[in-house]
Amino acid sequence: MGNFDKKIETFLNVFIDGGGYKTVIEGLKNTLLIAILGLLLGIVIGTLIAAVRVLPKYKTLPKVLNGICSVYVGFFRGTPMVVQLLVFYYVLLPLLGIRMDSVTVATWVFGLNSGAYISEIMRGGILSVDPGQMEGGRSVGLSYSTTMLRIVIPQAVKNILPTMGNEFIALIKETSVVSFVGATDLYVAFNNMGSSSYEFMVPYLVMALIYIVLVLVISLLIKLLERSLRKSDRNH
Amino acid sequence: MIETINLNKSFGSLHVLKDINIKIEKGEKVVIVGPSGSGKSTFLRCLNCMEDPTSGQVIFNGVDIADMSVNINIHRQKMGMVFQHFNLFNNKTVIENIMLAPVYVEKKKRRAGIRQKLFGKQPAEPIKSVKEIKAQAHAQAMELLARIGLQDKADVYPSLLSGGQKQRVAIVRSLAMQPDVILFDEPTSALDPEMVGEVLELMKDLANQGMTMVVVTHEMGFAREVATRVIFMDEGRILEENNPKDFFEHPQNPRLKDFLSKVL
Repeated sequence: MGNFDKKIETFLNVFIDGGGYKTVIEGLKNTLLIAILGLLLGIVIGTLIAAVRVLPKYKTLPKVLNGICSVYVGFFRGTPMVVQLLVFYYVLLPLLGIRMDSVTVATWVFGLNSGAYISEIMRGGILSVDPGQMEGGRSVGLSYSTTMLRIVIPQAVKNILPTMGNEFIALIKETSVVSFVGATDLYVAFNNMGSSSYEFMVPYLVMALIYIVLVLVISLLIKLLERSLRKSDRNH
Repeated sequence: MIETINLNKSFGSLHVLKDINIKIEKGEKVVIVGPSGSGKSTFLRCLNCMEDPTSGQVIFNGVDIADMSVNINIHRQKMGMVFQHFNLFNNKTVIENIMLAPVYVEKKKRRAGIRQKLFGKQPAEPIKSVKEIKAQAHAQAMELLARIGLQDKADVYPSLLSGGQKQRVAIVRSLAMQPDVILFDEPTSALDPEMVGEVLELMKDLANQGMTMVVVTHEMGFAREVATRVIFMDEGRILEENNPKDFFEHPQNPRLKDFLSKVL
């Protein structure tokens, strides 16, 4: 294991003296930024799509909207995230003549992508709420959208929180694909350190550790959030 | 007050309601009985368009609410409904359950008033502040809770109430909108036998105060005691309607005779 000690020393050299920690911090920042903003965007998009998809479909407008949403979900679930990222960065944006830095593009793509997944999670959540809740709201004269927003969706969110945690964790881990469009995330930061010292073992190990710690912390936060929401069911 | 004209309802190829014509006047307590699957619940749910009638009219206070272009929400505010499974909002406390709709309506009025003012018109009613609206709704809700003796449950979530308590809260929730009529859809069918009494007691109370009620129930005792008119439905038609005395003592229709011999 004498060899391993040397490897750690090399790593520490690059990490501290070589300024590697700065890239790591930037990478960590980007990873979290893309995952968190992506998730928030995904929740907004996903909730909207889910709300459209559970609409009663007597009229034309809900049918059309539903069709659009189906295509959207089909596209984003049907292609890998890397492909979406590449298409957006190298095809769509140049075609539209828009300039955007790679982190922003990644955030948007992550948001759009997770929106597709979250819409299905949310739809399941809404369908899991007793239809009587909607009837109760409608019977006192609340509109469909008000009842949805104030009665059904809050209960749906409570039901799907564990699955949402899953989605967030998946997003964090999937940020490692943003290096394809030249953004710095955790993976890029450690990979750089590896290439500059020709020594990959320790950087990758540390990288894995950081991911694990990140995910553990998030799972803990979700658990706490869940508990505080459940508490409202059984107080007094 | 409510009138249905040639009301029909089909679920797919299943013809549930067949040309129902009925007139319900203010102050009446109409009890609808019949075997399960006779369409009585569907009929009740058509009265406030919880189920959209397939054809026909439902006239409520002079407006055909079965017409899809009518804003049904406004009319439902004056037409309370009590369900078999209570349908209290699980994510709201008891008092929030009662306050939600009145606050929503008042806030809507407030926004309309502000809009009118913006366009230089005099609003029809003075504009209340949100605080005022909430305080009023709260006071009213507490009053209603006091009426059913559940003030101490105001800040509790419905999951902690017994079935009878839930149903009584559901009834005062519909009362909070000061409805012209309340529809009861088998209000005691999901209750433990010992809790049926407290709910029926409250309903009798309402009846005595002159509330117009349409009740679908299996409680024949309630029908006999409270109803001003009892209706027998089977296979989507009204087969007999009469005052409770004649209804129970001198039934005419053979199906009704058969039905009564089984349930009484």
